[in-house]
Amino acid sequence: MLRISRDLHDQIVEHARRDHPDEACGVLAGPAGSDRPARFVPMMNAERSPTFYRFDSMEQLRVWRGMDERDEEPVVIYHSHTATEARPSRTDISLASEPTAHYVLVSTRAPDETEFRSFRIIDGEVTEEPVEIVG
Amino acid sequence: MTMAIEVGIPTILRTYTGGEKAVEGSGQTLADLFVDLDSRYTGLRDRLVGTDGTLNRFVNVYLNDEDVRFLGGPETPLADGDVVTILPAVAGG
Repeated sequence: MLRISRDLHDQIVEHARRDHPDEACGVLAGPAGSDRPARFVPMMNAERSPTFYRFDSMEQLRVWRGMDERDEEPVVIYHSHTATEARPSRTDISLASEPTAHYVLVSTRAPDETEFRSFRIIDGEVTEEPVEIVG
Repeated sequence: MTMAIEVGIPTILRTYTGGEKAVEGSGQTLADLFVDLDSRYTGLRDRLVGTDGTLNRFVNVYLNDEDVRFLGGPETPLADGDVVTILPAVAGG
């Protein structure tokens, strides 16, 4: 299960809406081992694409360094789908590289409702999990 | 003289390094370094470069905080004390 604050949830949704129709992406960092997302880190989509996303490699290095220095890890890795449902695509599954992360998918395909779902992706196996919004 | 290069290993590749976050290697170039690492951490090289020796598209390799794609790729020369960092690209569709 992903437990996430209302504030962080809303920041992801706002980012996805802002970048629509391109895919938005980013990270929620949290204390290592805590499984608790605590810090919102929106990332550039280097692809600037409605069908693909990729973190900019230099920004990713800076953000990953920053997490190391704070003893944090990427608790959540999020991105949006702007024309399809909020579940991992085949590409998302084959490229998932953080086995401890919650992969959050947001869909902005409907203008007035944003789907928000969370998955584990480990060795190509996808498992959806409940999302509990707290605070 | 063997050169000591520090190599940062991401979580997903630590299965190859017995859980180590950082290992040491040597080589005149990045490609040599990958061969050297593979001699101790079998299978690691295949995760970094293809059979033609080019860097895998969804792996980021940094030399002293520069993306090696903007340097010389696998042929980038290395010097004693260099720090190499490997991160899986975060990408999808």
